[in-house]
Amino acid sequence: MSKKLLLGNEAIAWGAIAAGVNVVTAYPGTPSTEIFTTLAKEALNYEFHAEWCVNEKVALEVAYGAAISGARSLVSMKQVGLNVAADPLLSGVYLGVKGGMVLVVADDPGPHSSQTEQDTRQFARFAKVPVLDPSNPREAMEMTREAFAISERYHLPVIVRPTTRVCHVGQDVEVPDIERLVRRARFDKGGDYVIFPSVSTRKHGELLATLQKVEEEFSASPFNTSQGPRGETGIIASGVSYHYVEEALAVLKIDLPRLKISTPYPFPGQLTAEFLAGKSRVLVVEEQDPVVEDEILRLAGRLGQSLQVSGQGDGRVKGVGELNVDLVLRSISDWLDLPLPSAVKMETPELPLRRPILCAGCPHRASFYAIRRAAGKKSDVVFTGDIGCYTLGVMPPLEAVDTCLCMGGAITQAQGIGRAEPGRQTIAVLGDSTFFHSGLPGVINAVYNQYPLTLVILDNSTTAMTGFQPHPGTGVTATGQEVNPVDMVKLLEGCGVAHIRVVDPVKLQDSIAAVKEALDFPGPAVVIMRSPCVNLPATRKPSVEIQGEKCRDCGLCVTEIGCPALVMNTEKHPRVLEGCVGCELCSAVCPFDAIGKGEI
Amino acid sequence: MDIIICGVGGQGTVLASRVLGDAAIRKGYQVRTSEIIGMAQREGSVLSEVRMAAELQGPLVPDAGADFLLGFELAEATRYAHKIKPGSQVLINQQTIIPPAVFLGASVYPAEEMLAFWKSLVSGVVFIDAVHLAQQAGERRTVSAVMLGAFTAMNQELEPDLVREELLTRFSGEKKDYNARAFDLGREYVEGLSR
Repeated sequence: MSKKLLLGNEAIAWGAIAAGVNVVTAYPGTPSTEIFTTLAKEALNYEFHAEWCVNEKVALEVAYGAAISGARSLVSMKQVGLNVAADPLLSGVYLGVKGGMVLVVADDPGPHSSQTEQDTRQFARFAKVPVLDPSNPREAMEMTREAFAISERYHLPVIVRPTTRVCHVGQDVEVPDIERLVRRARFDKGGDYVIFPSVSTRKHGELLATLQKVEEEFSASPFNTSQGPRGETGIIASGVSYHYVEEALAVLKIDLPRLKISTPYPFPGQLTAEFLAGKSRVLVVEEQDPVVEDEILRLAGRLGQSLQVSGQGDGRVKGVGELNVDLVLRSISDWLDLPLPSAVKMETPELPLRRPILCAGCPHRASFYAIRRAAGKKSDVVFTGDIGCYTLGVMPPLEAVDTCLCMGGAITQAQGIGRAEPGRQTIAVLGDSTFFHSGLPGVINAVYNQYPLTLVILDNSTTAMTGFQPHPGTGVTATGQEVNPVDMVKLLEGCGVAHIRVVDPVKLQDSIAAVKEALDFPGPAVVIMRSPCVNLPATRKPSVEIQGEKCRDCGLCVTEIGCPALVMNTEKHPRVLEGCVGCELCSAVCPFDAIGKGEI
Repeated sequence: MDIIICGVGGQGTVLASRVLGDAAIRKGYQVRTSEIIGMAQREGSVLSEVRMAAELQGPLVPDAGADFLLGFELAEATRYAHKIKPGSQVLINQQTIIPPAVFLGASVYPAEEMLAFWKSLVSGVVFIDAVHLAQQAGERRTVSAVMLGAFTAMNQELEPDLVREELLTRFSGEKKDYNARAFDLGREYVEGLSR
């Protein structure tokens, strides 16, 4: 097949298809999302099952169920998703699998779009799951394919852990020809799939013995490579950092022995010991946690070798944020005592602050504005927020998010704050997809423990932040099948929530009234602010028009809501830009009735 | 060749990066593209990096390493000025997208200073009114095509027909016509400058 420009995520998907994957599950999360969306598009062509699950724990369990029945399964998620899915993973690795099971867990050093910079290689070591660490899209494809084979060889789930600079990097990749093998899965009763304390001890021992064998295989793995001349000074790198090292050495025009570790756990001790033989000092270059560095320190101790190990431990390599070729160039020069390459200094004019903001016409803007107005402009109500586009409600001028912790955390944090400070009002705000992901247990907790929760669900009929994926409330599946949507109102009623209102947030007076009513209600109360995401098809209405004769140039339409489609000149006279989708929130905010409907 | 493409989320920088990447593959180069997708994308500052060469390592363009800067917006081009190497070519869409922070009094947008900065930094910097040309092509959302057309008139690394073809395979019907016209208008604009 010819070469194509494939994103790392697309390459991973094609690796799984080439491996004959049978069941694929996921919950969206940047930078992992396109792994599953690519697979979902091909599910019907290559006859495998693909489903968006309500959260990562559910996704992992579905994939695990398929794998113990003998199917090949893949589950993809972002790094923090693995926290949600930790429970079935840690038990699942004890019990093992029959068909190959691959977890693709995407890390986000930087982080560009995540809560933490947590390192999945570290998680793999903790969970005792073999992990492969690709350095580029092509390798990610090959590793994914191989991961299924490793998983089946050792009956263990295997993690492939790309980072943002693999997931969202495009590379010229040759897609392998796909041959579909018919695979019959069958769950055999009487197998060893019941976790139990006495079973655990036995399984733990077996797991450690198996990992020993995996370590031996990894020491001979073609994914781990060594290059360069012999010498006492060497560099060890993993993931995309390997490429930065190669590039930096080319710039510096020096050749050093170097080892690329692509299988961080179980650590390929034998291979690394061979590389370390005769070395007196090494520099370890890796992003996020010093996983390889720690293993080398441990190994040197075990070998009784006198070795100076540089890296994050002695501050030569930075352990926060992403690395890049410039940083690695500086690390290597510094470590080798070479003159530092001159840094670029450029005096640019002052630049505008361009923070991410809600899109023009985003219904969340109207919701947050209504929530602020209902709470009273100077009120002391605590707004507990959550994960999604609407975290951006924290930005001025809305400033209607005081906390954001984790998926579903808005509802439960509100309860903790209210318990600690009785009488302090809270409003919890989260989106529809996040509500289905992990919001519901928090609602049940409030009902059960009689907390007067005020919850606003921002229902925009999609998982917008990660690229508009459907969820149980939308009535559409990952492969486009139409199904009965899960009815949020009935669900909440079933939980015992006595006060539920559904409003269109753009009808400002109605939504302000609904939030006030919910705040005053003595028990748990929910307001569903329902209006589709402006990026979904057919939501565009005629744009608004400033009626010059009525406008008093007060500037409120711009400063109150911060819509990117509305600008003003130095005389505070507003102007509507092309991006307006006609939500009319500005019109509702205008005290002089000076903004009306215009032309599309 | 290393190319930096910068702009504001929604302007079509990713499209331009894919088109250049695919065109380079057809020329037999190794290719890496890199961009940040997700939270940073919404009306935020966006950066795409495109590398093409016989042999490549990392996906990121080093500081002072870019041979070409394609700025889709004036301030965003200026934000990544440190990425260009001496003698680099620079093409900037002179459109200014003023973020709400400026109207809230939290930031500034000194457009005149930015224009002067570029004129003094790069001899032969090309400013283009890509929005105007896109509108002339019949569809405002063809800024990316205008920029690609202009790029091929400034730089000979990738044949214009190759880039044009890669761009147009992504569209059908009237969108294809708009993009073809926009590409040609961008190209003609730059050719007109040198005449």
